[in-house]
Amino acid sequence: MARTTYTSLKNNNGLFDLLIILHIAIIAAGMVAVWYMEHYGHIVTGMSNKIIWGTPHVFAIFLIIAASGALNVASISTVFSKKSYKPFTRLSGLLALSLLAGGLAVLVLDLGRPERLIIAMTTYNFKSVFAWNIYLYTGFMAIVVVYLYAMMVKNFSWLSIPAGYLAFAWRLALTAGTGSIFGFIVAREAFDSALFAPLFIASSFVYGLAFTIIVLKIVQATSRTTIVSPQMIERFRILLITFTATVLFITIIFHLTKLYASKNHDVEWFLLASGNIYSQIFWLGQIGVGILAPVLLLALWRKDININRLASACLLLLVGGVAQIYVIVIGGQAYPLDLFPGMEISSSFDDGQIASYTPSLPEILLGIAGISIAMLLSGILMRIMPFLPEGETV
Amino acid sequence: MTGLPHAKHHIDKTRRQFLKQAGIGVSTIVLGSGVTLLAYPEASARSPDQPASSSIRWGLLIDVNKCTKECTACVSACSAENGWKLDGDARVDAQWIRKLEVKNPETGYQASFPVMCQHCEKPACVDVCPTGASFKRADGIVLVDKHTCIGCRYCMIACPYQARSFIHQPLSNQKSHAPRGKGTVESCTLCVHRVDRDQQPACVASCEKDGKGALMFGDLNDGESEISKRVAKFATRQIREDLGLDPGVRYQNL
Repeated sequence: MARTTYTSLKNNNGLFDLLIILHIAIIAAGMVAVWYMEHYGHIVTGMSNKIIWGTPHVFAIFLIIAASGALNVASISTVFSKKSYKPFTRLSGLLALSLLAGGLAVLVLDLGRPERLIIAMTTYNFKSVFAWNIYLYTGFMAIVVVYLYAMMVKNFSWLSIPAGYLAFAWRLALTAGTGSIFGFIVAREAFDSALFAPLFIASSFVYGLAFTIIVLKIVQATSRTTIVSPQMIERFRILLITFTATVLFITIIFHLTKLYASKNHDVEWFLLASGNIYSQIFWLGQIGVGILAPVLLLALWRKDININRLASACLLLLVGGVAQIYVIVIGGQAYPLDLFPGMEISSSFDDGQIASYTPSLPEILLGIAGISIAMLLSGILMRIMPFLPEGETV
Repeated sequence: MTGLPHAKHHIDKTRRQFLKQAGIGVSTIVLGSGVTLLAYPEASARSPDQPASSSIRWGLLIDVNKCTKECTACVSACSAENGWKLDGDARVDAQWIRKLEVKNPETGYQASFPVMCQHCEKPACVDVCPTGASFKRADGIVLVDKHTCIGCRYCMIACPYQARSFIHQPLSNQKSHAPRGKGTVESCTLCVHRVDRDQQPACVASCEKDGKGALMFGDLNDGESEISKRVAKFATRQIREDLGLDPGVRYQNL
């Protein structure tokens, strides 16, 4: 295989400038939302003492999962020695970093006391899975930076293989750790499952690859070049189908294992069959838009797949991904805590009641700003540094 | 102000042990130097510079049969003592203690009793807190360090009792003994400021005064305390005992 020449992103038609302005505007709106929430308190959001984590957390978790998955293309090249993926390894690492930065920014900016971030960075409770994740996130960033450095600086190329292996192992731990944030919560029936770790890992493959492909499509449109060959498009198509099918498989196993225990029948009915907003988002958003539609389209487009079709399927996968995390995070909290199993309970704190939640505009703006932070970071770095393979001018 | 006979007994016992040991030390110092260096204040409560004792485990016993649906004396007392109040929005109002109505749909059995932080031996909130702001004192009281709480709310997700509240808006006129802050998490402190002065928690005192004496406070580790005797004599239960968190709040006749 010919040696890959890397280059920075070419802005050949002004699309890049337009996107940068768009992302800056969204981030600015997100920061106004943060100021509003911090000034008046979380009372201006839809979050409450019942729905403790809201839309910002949905986006933050979605982006963090996507970040680990974005590294997949690099891992396939370095760890699994698939040379055809090598031209995209730098972009893969860059997206992993940017998506993680976007997700963490949202998470931190939603804190009740974001100015105390330094406490979170310096004071640890090592029994907390959250504290483990702080190490997993910062460690991941450091390792990927080294990995990228090794890939981009000639004298350090020897380091790219061990760094790539370490990054691959670390990313699995990171996604497992993120899943465990929910898996370790024994008090809530909707959480409390070790399957969150593999479910999040499989989901990360989908979200990360979907982001990578959409960015590649935008890069091609911006630079008016072709950098994804038809062979790679076909490989990506098969990977997307495989990863999405894996998510579906683990989702089915997840709910079957829950349903096996009588104590979980009510919560499973609530999430899957009650006809409420969460079961609707599960079936229409997560399963319909996020799994069945893209897999069906990708299967139907087998003979005439192209980057546009691939990217449109990826958009569906990402929308479905947000729906998936929404059902997990919000739906899991909306179902009431069962203080006395088998008994009916009520109180001034709405015990025993299904919690209501409507995402507020500031929450949505903050969440979307996380995506824009990731895209802005990766866009600017792509523009000034050689992260992309040299393409063929269209 | 109601005293704590059972707790006092324990404190006296440990103080006697302490004085005995200290006396040996003092006599050694006196023999060595010929000068008496130490004197002990006759304080009736733990001094602020003295750490909480791990030999104590403070707990509550709630006799559900004595608790009536209409009575909310414990809730009102906690609210007045600690400076939180209900503003009519159950979504965001802080509730350090609430009355829970329980009904068995099959038998029709009904009960009403207060639920607050259960001051678990193995508190899930403490386990998950990334900064260690949620912590358990040596004497079993679970608290939030307001200076290191970053407002991540993971403790609220993890607590099986929904005992914690997040402060959703700016506050004013706080009690100096119960500082609260926007953007942090809070819950029942078991009136730690009163306990450290050898007083009962406000809910217990008010239940004794205005209610039916359904609440009892004391040292679960002290076999001679009234609460320990009651727990040893009568069947009691903990909420969600299946989770193995070993709450310090016990319920009788539930």
